[in-house]
Amino acid sequence: MGNCRFKVQGLLALGLATILILSGCGRREPRADVVIINGTDPESLDPAIITALEDYRIVPGLFEGLTRIDPVNAQAIPGLAERWDVDEGGRAYLFYFRPGLRWSTGDPLTAHDVVFSWLRLLDPRTAADYAAQLYCVKNGEAYSTNGITDASRVGIRAIDDLRLRVELNHPVPYFLDLCASPTLSVVPRKTIEALGDQWLQARPLPSSGSHTLEIWRLNDKIRFRKNPLYWDAANTANNTVEFLPVGSPATALNLYERGAADIIWDKDLVPAELLKDLKQRPDFHDFPYIGTYFVRFNTTRPPFHDARVRRALALAVDKRRIVERIIKGGESPAGHLVPTGVANHLAPESLGQDEAAARRLLSDAGFPQGEGFPVFEYLFDSAAGGGSKVHAKIGVELQEMWRRELGVRMELRQMEKKVYLAAQTGLDYDLSRSSWVGDYNDPNTFLDLFLSNNGNNRTGWKDERYDGLMRQANVEQNPRRRSELLRQAESILVAEEAVVIPLYFYRGFQFYDANRISGIHGNILGMNPVRTIRNSEATRTNGGVVHDRDARASAAAGAGKPQ
Amino acid sequence: MIPLLLGISFLAFMLVRLAPGGPFDRERRPASPEIERRILEKYHLDEPLLKQYARYLGGVLKGDLGPSLKYRNHSVSDIVIQGLPVSMMLGTCAFLFALGLGLPAGFYAAARQGGFGDYASSLVALCGVCVPAFVVGPFLVMEFAIRRKLFPVALLESPMHLILPTVTLGLYFAGRVARLLREGMLGLRDAEFVVAARAKGMTDVAVLRRHVFRIGVLPVVSYSGPMLADLLTGSFVVENLFQIPGIGVFMVNSSLSRDYTMIVGLVLVYAVLLLMLNLFVDLAYRWLDPRVSYD
Repeated sequence: MGNCRFKVQGLLALGLATILILSGCGRREPRADVVIINGTDPESLDPAIITALEDYRIVPGLFEGLTRIDPVNAQAIPGLAERWDVDEGGRAYLFYFRPGLRWSTGDPLTAHDVVFSWLRLLDPRTAADYAAQLYCVKNGEAYSTNGITDASRVGIRAIDDLRLRVELNHPVPYFLDLCASPTLSVVPRKTIEALGDQWLQARPLPSSGSHTLEIWRLNDKIRFRKNPLYWDAANTANNTVEFLPVGSPATALNLYERGAADIIWDKDLVPAELLKDLKQRPDFHDFPYIGTYFVRFNTTRPPFHDARVRRALALAVDKRRIVERIIKGGESPAGHLVPTGVANHLAPESLGQDEAAARRLLSDAGFPQGEGFPVFEYLFDSAAGGGSKVHAKIGVELQEMWRRELGVRMELRQMEKKVYLAAQTGLDYDLSRSSWVGDYNDPNTFLDLFLSNNGNNRTGWKDERYDGLMRQANVEQNPRRRSELLRQAESILVAEEAVVIPLYFYRGFQFYDANRISGIHGNILGMNPVRTIRNSEATRTNGGVVHDRDARASAAAGAGKPQ
Repeated sequence: MIPLLLGISFLAFMLVRLAPGGPFDRERRPASPEIERRILEKYHLDEPLLKQYARYLGGVLKGDLGPSLKYRNHSVSDIVIQGLPVSMMLGTCAFLFALGLGLPAGFYAAARQGGFGDYASSLVALCGVCVPAFVVGPFLVMEFAIRRKLFPVALLESPMHLILPTVTLGLYFAGRVARLLREGMLGLRDAEFVVAARAKGMTDVAVLRRHVFRIGVLPVVSYSGPMLADLLTGSFVVENLFQIPGIGVFMVNSSLSRDYTMIVGLVLVYAVLLLMLNLFVDLAYRWLDPRVSYD
């Protein structure tokens, strides 16, 4: 028995030792100047790969493009290029680089780097989801889809280290906005050629943006440090920034409330049930956002192939009730697809709410008082972060509105996200909840979805008039006439044909203490560059200056590694 | 063990592909079918399944679990190497907490069989088993992190950060351990060696401690293998709630995002751990119970 006691004591001692040893394993870094709760973990930081909003909010800090976003109004302003000439009626751009640009590792950054980055984006081997952002470039689409293999035929050419000429297929009014998109940022050639898909694991990672990547631990944190070799480093407002990938809204709010984080910049990151109270607080900030929540019709399935039926359903929706009873975040009901406030947008006629007209239309379509109307399904996904509850509640509300006003019966069909996407893509649905967030500040980012050949159409709807108007708008050089063409196209989409029922426009949400945190602006893109965010408490701790010494030492420590 | 692992990997590899949707089905589809084709080609998802499996197995034999299909700049091996130690650290703490709380509670209940102490400790153990972590965790956070400010609310930066997650994760297992030990010990109440020990004049507590406990704990030892495997590979709820950078979150999220390589990689990690721990349990049996031999 004495032996047994010895064993038990030994086990306890071993356990205690394990706890002590393991407890020491916590990874501690000094608190960053600014700690941001950013949402779920970024899938990538590679500009050519990223597609998610969480990724888009981070990447511009590391990699910059020819232009960059003005945080105040979301307009494109000079970035790596200090100016540009527009030739051939908008079909060609000549960009002039800032002299003396350098990667964070000290190597020169030239126009040739842009050529490499953009050709890489188009290269089919990169398999970039957003390669189409450069399809407006001459031969860009052909190169991307293996139509041509000679990269020199693509309309991107470095005249010398400081000049880049870009030829477009047609004038693109939002081309400078595209140049500010993180997707078109400049990435380090030598590092990518040396490490392939693992290039983001290089340390130090050459950066063309305001910060360098210090730490990237999945499901833990991303830590940036100021890049002292950035051309505008004098105006970078912080030394270190951390992004926490928090998936649980309750945890995000707890961390923020206890001071472990300075900023929450996503509505989905606070518990929906507390939103009503949180909105009253002085650290709550909201702004119009380039996103729309809408319902898609599968126009290949009867009776939804009939525009009268679609219009009838659209007319019978009380959008204000949905916004006020379910969403409760101050969103506005949507009469059209492109959110109010998007540049170059003219609001089209909208259907509005008219139950009597809805009943008449349904009757004209052969379903008086809904008689004979087949039972149909409303498809929605079980999103994380409480989103599924919103989707389900909206579904229930629509179900009741249509039953009450039109006498039609709808069933709800909830699916796991990937199954939902597959069903939507395969047109295996009747009606489906949908949403879209624009990539750039122009109506085109919404309206081109519904072109006949667009992979994101997902309604089966094809309309020659719509395609024609969009084509015309794409080549129209007069901004006013272009906006008018887009207005006509949108009018067909949401009013005449009612392929979608826009329900409400998103609002952006941020939580931060404005007495302490500055440099955040609620622009319509929801893109706030980290370079402008200042934490006055952190600055005070650093002696009132944002100093470059640490960052310079950090950059120098890795000089000579592959770029 | 090797054939078993092969079978598990084959089943996992094939089963995940039965689910509708794929890793690259997103809200936004690529601009052209050519890009979609290239993505599938890049990750060999356009090949016949058996060929894909053979390719995957070849990589696994070389220690490469393949690239993650969701986190395309990371390999599954990197993610496991980064997250598994964290999950194991938390799991070990929760395991020790479960034993540290469950064994005394179970022993006490067995010693006080039928009395108030038995009912009280059994009730507490039952609560531990019944109340899920997603209820216990937020309650602990609210009470001890928000209201009393005794512990951090989340993240893993110091030993203090480990306490609430450890309790949340370990409470269920502590309840199971207490109940198993109590049942195990009570089942031996009338065993011959117990009667003999009592006949020699030993006190009840001494008999329980020196004779009954040693055999009565065997069900707990059996349970420890799968329990430890569960704990070491992380918990989605606890890691998500406390923002712990382990692999528990990936266990669930990889299935939702159809990250095939990650799912199979994590299943293999779990299987290896489970098999090894069960082996240790078998060895521990012999150590604890002299009647057991593996000839």
